[in-house]
Amino acid sequence: MNSLEVSTRPRLARHVRLTYSVARKRPVLLLPETVVVLNETGAAILKLCDGQRTVPEIVAELRARYREVPTDEVQRFLAGLAARRCVELPDG
Amino acid sequence: MDSPFGLLAELTYRCPLSCAYCSNPINMASYTDELSTDEWRRTLAEAAELGVLQAHLSGGEPLLRRDLVEIVDQAAGLGLYTNLVTSAIGFSRRTAERLREAGLDHVQVSIQADAPVLSDRIAGIPSFQRKIDAMRLVKELGWPLTVNVVLHRRNIDRIADVLRLAEEVGADRVELANTQYYGWAWKNRDALLPSREQLAQAEAVVREARERLSMDVLYVIPDYYSKYPKPCMGGWASRQLTVAPNGEVLPCPAAQSLPLPKASIREQELAEIWTDSPVMNAFRGTDWMPDPCRSCDRQELDFGGCRCQAFQLTGDASRTDPVCHLSGDHEVVAAAVAAAQQPVSLQLTPRPHRPQQA
Ligand code: SF4
Ligand code: SF4
Repeated sequence: MNSLEVSTRPRLARHVRLTYSVARKRPVLLLPETVVVLNETGAAILKLCDGQRTVPEIVAELRARYREVPTDEVQRFLAGLAARRCVELPDG
Repeated sequence: MDSPFGLLAELTYRCPLSCAYCSNPINMASYTDELSTDEWRRTLAEAAELGVLQAHLSGGEPLLRRDLVEIVDQAAGLGLYTNLVTSAIGFSRRTAERLREAGLDHVQVSIQADAPVLSDRIAGIPSFQRKIDAMRLVKELGWPLTVNVVLHRRNIDRIADVLRLAEEVGADRVELANTQYYGWAWKNRDALLPSREQLAQAEAVVREARERLSMDVLYVIPDYYSKYPKPCMGGWASRQLTVAPNGEVLPCPAAQSLPLPKASIREQELAEIWTDSPVMNAFRGTDWMPDPCRSCDRQELDFGGCRCQAFQLTGDASRTDPVCHLSGDHEVVAAAVAAAQQPVSLQLTPRPHRPQQA
């Protein structure tokens, strides 16, 4: 499940919180039973998952900031988190 | 050394219910000198500083603490993800609203079965309807809801109905967790351990439900039936820590049963305990491991299993978890599993609500 619907507008699941761990100097995703430690790019992607932007729009915004943003990596990242129910991918 | 992710704050071991599968310590009397509100505030602050990101407020029944709202308020103020683990007794609308305001993030409500008679019988008091009301209230106030059912020989055949119930109340997650044999559950193990056939059926129901439902279905098998032990706590004193009602600090709640030196938040700072105390360092990493773990390529996967289970089953906490089929002590687990394929006595010892008078 690598390629996501072009029209889906990903958003963080309601019970998930994106925050920063001072002790680890890393962004983290908090869920009822787990913590996902992220890297800076991961956090940047998730900050754009507001339920408004489509995946191509997210990639376009990231391209303005980072030199290389492979679309398939963004998709894989989001699909992985969707499988863990951190991210929702509503039909567009 | 890594910092812990989660703090399990066992606020009290008092409970209005008396589940025979309860994993609270048998010697409840040792925990009656409960931490004060200020002591919990300090504990939470020290935990956050240490790198803890989640506070699981549990017990016993945490709602029996009159200062629960203040404790949640402090935890939320520190930016911790706060999770209330409750039997729902005492979860009134007013309390719920105050907890919501204080910033509680998530509620887990336990239920004993899918129907009043059985649920109330297992819980020891009429509580089924209150639990359902509480679940609805959790959703109404906009929280994510986890419904938790501890599975055992008496209720495991009812998983399909439990799932239906969870769906009906609008749960976001359902946790079907087979009993862990500590505390009172250990006393009652032989009456609680399901048979192989019961498990096979339960697993089939879970598989089917996962395909059908949008709800997250978590299923924890009884480790007695698995080939390898569970990776207990993600490794001893590695990702989680527990603070007991009296301020004792442990890698996990069951570890109070082990003959290890005690450490208390009343005497030392949490960071110091986490890093230096003998109880935290007793089984950290892999150096303590005996054979067969010492030379096993799974040692970073399951950490040799559960120390408390090793102690319970062999009298030596540093042995390989007997659940592992490679353990020299595996026959004790095999014998319990064999006994579970026969009819068993259903006599259960309920846990008391509070320490018994001596
Ligand atoms: S008696 Fe039941 S509800 Fe109370 S703490 Fe034990 S398991 Fe939980
Ligand atoms: S021998 Fe030890 S490390 Fe290997 S699988 Fe068994 S418990 Fe795990």
